[in-house]
Amino acid sequence: MNRSLVKFRRGAGNALTYAVLAVLGILWVLPIGYLIYTAFRTTPSTGIINSLFPDDLRLGFGNFSRLFADTMFLRWLGNTVLVAVCSCALSTLFILMVSYALSRMRFRLRKPIMNVLLVLNMFPGFMSMIAVYFILKAMGLTNSLLALILVYSGSAALSYYICKGFFDTIPRAMEEAAILDGASQPMVFWRIILPLAKPIIVYTVLTSFISPWCDFIFVNTIISDRELYTVSLGLYKMINAEKNSFNDNFTVFCAGAFVVGGIIVTLFMSMQRYYVEGVTSGSVKG
Amino acid sequence: MKEREKKKRTKPSVWKDLISAFRYGSYQTRLSFFSLGFGQIARGQVIKGLLYMLTQTVFTLFMIFFGGRYIVHLFSGDLGSKLSGEVWNEELQIFEKVKGDNSFLILLYGVVSIVLIFFYLAVWAANVKGSYENDKRIRAGEKVRTFKEDLRLLANEKFYQPLLSLPFAGLLVFTVMPLVFMVLIAFTNYDYAHMPPGKLFDWVGLSNFKTLFSLSGGTSGFAIVFLRVLLWTFVWAFFATFTNYFLGVIIALLIHKKGIKLKALWRTLFVVAIAVPQFVTLLLMQKILDGDGILNKILGTNILWLADQRNFSLIPRLMIILVNIWIGVPYTLLMSSGILMNIPADYYEAARIDGASAVRIFFNVTMPYMLHITTPYLITQFVGNINNFNVIWLLTGGGPVDNLYYGGGSQAQSTDLLVTWLYRLTTDQNPRYNVASVIGIVIFVISATMALITYNRTSSAKGEDTFQ
Repeated sequence: MNRSLVKFRRGAGNALTYAVLAVLGILWVLPIGYLIYTAFRTTPSTGIINSLFPDDLRLGFGNFSRLFADTMFLRWLGNTVLVAVCSCALSTLFILMVSYALSRMRFRLRKPIMNVLLVLNMFPGFMSMIAVYFILKAMGLTNSLLALILVYSGSAALSYYICKGFFDTIPRAMEEAAILDGASQPMVFWRIILPLAKPIIVYTVLTSFISPWCDFIFVNTIISDRELYTVSLGLYKMINAEKNSFNDNFTVFCAGAFVVGGIIVTLFMSMQRYYVEGVTSGSVKG
Repeated sequence: MKEREKKKRTKPSVWKDLISAFRYGSYQTRLSFFSLGFGQIARGQVIKGLLYMLTQTVFTLFMIFFGGRYIVHLFSGDLGSKLSGEVWNEELQIFEKVKGDNSFLILLYGVVSIVLIFFYLAVWAANVKGSYENDKRIRAGEKVRTFKEDLRLLANEKFYQPLLSLPFAGLLVFTVMPLVFMVLIAFTNYDYAHMPPGKLFDWVGLSNFKTLFSLSGGTSGFAIVFLRVLLWTFVWAFFATFTNYFLGVIIALLIHKKGIKLKALWRTLFVVAIAVPQFVTLLLMQKILDGDGILNKILGTNILWLADQRNFSLIPRLMIILVNIWIGVPYTLLMSSGILMNIPADYYEAARIDGASAVRIFFNVTMPYMLHITTPYLITQFVGNINNFNVIWLLTGGGPVDNLYYGGGSQAQSTDLLVTWLYRLTTDQNPRYNVASVIGIVIFVISATMALITYNRTSSAKGEDTFQ
């Protein structure tokens, strides 16, 4: 085979790859582009476009001003940030504590506890939702953001697995040396393990921060007061409350989704490296 | 190795400890079987002893004034008998409003009380064991630990106790108690016809299981509906998992191919899809695929992409799997691009020297390696898809309604998974919590079986010390 033929074949192969990637890339970006376009669209003022090429391509911020003026979006945003920050802090703490105990310490009930956690994780969350609601009601906590924080972080310990997997890979020699030097376990935890576990901490923080932004089912059962909605439930209700609400509010919904998506994209992109590290280091092992 | 030795040493159970504590313990220890904290206070561990005493007092008061009643209810198999309503009062000659029993609360508080009893038993055992340990120390001529020393122990060898206590308290309240409660519901007739506070419900044994699994037809047996939902759940989980997996790996391979430029840009194109909240993209897709949606406008067709009932709702089912590809592939892409870069280059070199084509390299080198490493991931994904509520609920809502399914009051629809069916049964106008609970138990059995397979197949559970 002469060299130019090899070169040609490689070139052709690459061209084909580029073509496939481009087509797929467009398919993946198109719906998001459609969402962004709808968010900025001014005409027609509501509803969804029903022609491939809209007659009028004017853009503006009308949907955003409607979003912030006519709906309680700002308030929902505040609620969500509050719930996300609190529940993320609590869940991260819980996950780190459980992972450390189960990964670095050895005690009689360790294996049984791990088995129980595994079994608990197998029940679908929806099943117990109504019972959770009534427990909260008995505690006088329904219709409060505190309830949401408690529910989101209360079951956090169940997702310790990835974090523990990461802790398992940290060599023991260091902490053994520290303990010989008289360090207590809390010191080992704070000074040695946590600094080494930065990627997995970022991963845990990120996932637990994002989940309140996406959940609407639990919020839907626990919260009925419009003032206390989180963004996801607010947006969901915006287009699902009544028969016609979709067509009336679709552009505003897109504007809201754009804001939420923007926040999450920013977070995600700035932390992407850690996210990938977290996923690959903790969850996948041969 | 170390683990195994330890196991042998610590196997003797709590019971043996307790029995020997009663047999060989001092009178202080024996007394602390009945009066918590006595053994501690008698030996000068005042704070610890007082804490135990406080626990006992609070628990006793709770049982007398609140919990005891519900425990009795629960064990006598009686979930309340008094209906609330109006009762004729002879003396005053008026109807009086009477607050009746609430089966729901009786069951809920019963469960809470039982959980508290278990908690108390654990404290009680710890109390006896602590006192017995004091005996041993005194006999060996050592001093009893002071409170300060106890605290130091908690910060060292027993550091796991403070670490685990708070997260587990959360689990207990928000996961364990609700689950126990809902499992119990599966054995009652709690449905729209027996809704507290107006009505009472009662234990019915296994009759809900019979309803779900029997064929008797009419309104009583859901067996055929159940099997069809189960089958679709598995078909869906299979396709959702494997389409995502293979497409993700292939796209990752394309991006990482030698000579392809702007790798980061290509990856970002796909990864952006992760960042948009799922419910947003799903609602958007639902609208695009709607009968009046933009897809029909572009194609000039008039197809109900998400509501066509023909051929067992084939089109909606396909659309769900396609949309799920859009949602899920970026995750696989992200995960697999990390692993692909770690495949040892020698493998490829060797294959190339042997003259293998790109396709053969893919099937004989890349895929086996990927599959070997990611089997646990695949199985968790499969379980995740069995429980994938969002995609189905937001796209079709479980629909379209199809008489074969809806018949017999099962309320199942044609693209329902077990979870969405469960959800509909609990949120419908005419909820049937009892049947929903049975479905929940079925889902649990399926997921647990899969999890056991994962655990036995992978070394990650056994080899947790490998890297240390």
